[in-house]
Amino acid sequence: MRKVSFPYVGNATITFQKLMKALGNDVVLPKRPTEETLSLGTKYAPEFACLPFKIVLGTYIEALEAGADTLVSTGGVGPCRAGLYTTLHEKILKSLGYEFEMITLEPPGRHLRDLVASIKKLVNRKLSIADYFRLGRFVWKELQLLDKAEKLSHKIRPLEVKKGETTRTYKKCAELIAKAQNYRDLVEIEREIELLYEKIEKKDVDPIKIGIVGEIYVVIEPAANLEIEEMLGDLGVYAERSMFLASYTFYNAVMDLFRMPGERDVKKLAAPYFKEMCGGHGRESVGNAILFAKRGFDGVIQLSPFTCIPEIVAKSILPKVCAEYDIGFLPVTLDEQTGKEGLRTRVEAFVDLLAAKRKKRKGDVVYGTLPGY
Amino acid sequence: MAHYLGIDVGSVSTNLIILDENGDVEDAVYIRTQGQPIKAVQEGLRLLNSRSNGKWDIRGVGTTGSGRQLAAVIAGADIVKNEITAHAIAAQKEVPDVRTVIEIGGQDSKIIILRDGVVTDFAMNTVCAAGTGSFLDQQANRLGIPIEEFGAYALRSKNPVRIAGRCAVFAESDMIHKQQLGYKIEDIIRGLCQALVRNYLNNVGKGKEILPRVVFQGGVAANIGMKAAFEEALGMEVYVPKYHHVMGALGAALLARDAGVKNTKFRGFQASDIEFTADSFECQGCSNHCEVVNIKMEGKVIARWGDRCNRWKTIEDFDVA
Repeated sequence: MRKVSFPYVGNATITFQKLMKALGNDVVLPKRPTEETLSLGTKYAPEFACLPFKIVLGTYIEALEAGADTLVSTGGVGPCRAGLYTTLHEKILKSLGYEFEMITLEPPGRHLRDLVASIKKLVNRKLSIADYFRLGRFVWKELQLLDKAEKLSHKIRPLEVKKGETTRTYKKCAELIAKAQNYRDLVEIEREIELLYEKIEKKDVDPIKIGIVGEIYVVIEPAANLEIEEMLGDLGVYAERSMFLASYTFYNAVMDLFRMPGERDVKKLAAPYFKEMCGGHGRESVGNAILFAKRGFDGVIQLSPFTCIPEIVAKSILPKVCAEYDIGFLPVTLDEQTGKEGLRTRVEAFVDLLAAKRKKRKGDVVYGTLPGY
Repeated sequence: MAHYLGIDVGSVSTNLIILDENGDVEDAVYIRTQGQPIKAVQEGLRLLNSRSNGKWDIRGVGTTGSGRQLAAVIAGADIVKNEITAHAIAAQKEVPDVRTVIEIGGQDSKIIILRDGVVTDFAMNTVCAAGTGSFLDQQANRLGIPIEEFGAYALRSKNPVRIAGRCAVFAESDMIHKQQLGYKIEDIIRGLCQALVRNYLNNVGKGKEILPRVVFQGGVAANIGMKAAFEEALGMEVYVPKYHHVMGALGAALLARDAGVKNTKFRGFQASDIEFTADSFECQGCSNHCEVVNIKMEGKVIARWGDRCNRWKTIEDFDVA
């Protein structure tokens, strides 16, 4: 039986595990990236490669060491380097002497035949049409539920009375979802999740709202962004990120298949500022910032891996966009640093700035530069 | 009269300041941190106490700087604030019509933009330490010039030499090469000041609208060569406030004053005699192997940090180590 592993992407890792198992594969579950993962990745990656590349490389090494013989990853359409990363990962790992097969899932709209061929390699059990339907429905629901549990945690954390209660609840939800075996379980768990969050004691305040945009891996995986969303929540901020795995998969796989431009609105919104596609998520970062501004958010934080070209392009455009929409902007560059203090300093100051701005807009007297006291 | 204590623990210096309730500075001390923040805070408290003869009635304590959490535990702080906000508040108090703050400290540099008394934008250096106090210190040391006289040398120069600015390593090798060719020390130093200012404006100040009045603070503001280079590059007057080197502490003290503290958590100046120790252990909870730090007061753990997952945050639950 194939022993499959794949990059770690938040809680969705569990869902992929279930999917791969259902298709008749053995799974080597990738570990949540740690400092050791990063050290491994840094050791064997080109020095100039970005943080996601290094983390994923480290994850692969850990999975291969644990016995995986097949690695599954997604491809891309460039010109962001990440589109080529799978190939580069494969070359590096093979040169290190690992024996395995790399299966790249290309976006269906452009490489449908490749994709079908890749998927065939991963289907190692006889499944009926009804099985596929059931499996698809289950996986889709589970991804949605994971996103939902996380979205709720971001909404409630800034309002919690007892510090840490939301984080505990969220962990519990993730554990519940991980245990689900079929669609019916998921429907039940969904109700339970809602109840669990309802039970948390909440304050009645209107928190500062910050939208998070940027490169997908550092936006989605907390281990790659110093858990910035939790940090913001602890500061009493409602943080929402522009990308979630379920919607991202939907737009980039399903919509693409039918030649529907993914995230059409976001790209349209970005168009006056950002006409050319430059790969990665640069254009989405600009479009999503505008979307957040239109929804009345106070500020935008952009997360970019050091040396990420699409985000560098976006970073030079975003100050102008944010000034025009009168919304705060803080760029954050992520690399190998694991100390959180520097980030906390900037984030805290940013929140102070937004609070003062909001007070001023309301016509309240701002005492000196002091917000919130 | 009520008094307020502000503590700023930076990478290079630890500053303490005492304000009266009108916000006037009663006393200020500046101590080298030398990698030992606990000792530096205690030394500062001891120094202040010996100069005051107990005449201050401390009603509130604020801490800031990269060591603010630690300082808060040692002294007993009522408010803990990031240094960006603290510096902005202090600048505003000293220079009410300030619209731009340039702050260069030991290991970082920042720019703060204020409009109508409110912070509207800021930036802090992220990947480069060129142009910060440590680098200037190191260069002064290498050239055998006391850092206090560094700026005066720059002012004597008539023909500055161009020095690379982007990175401390480039700057240093460029300086050495030019020095070996026989350029005058003062010309090299002025060239260095210009390079650092160029680097600051291009890196930290990138895309920011710098409007007067410009206030220059932080330890490096004492360097008259840097002040002159900023004025030359910006084409406007750059104002260095009297307490430029302790502005962070001043801001923290103002924050403490305005926080409406009823009962201060201040441990008293005797905190300088309490035995504080720090030790650490490696958590085996996951493969992150976080180095968790215990801060102990007379042997008892009073604070703990360093874990990424907050597992060790609650002290009561885990009385180990």
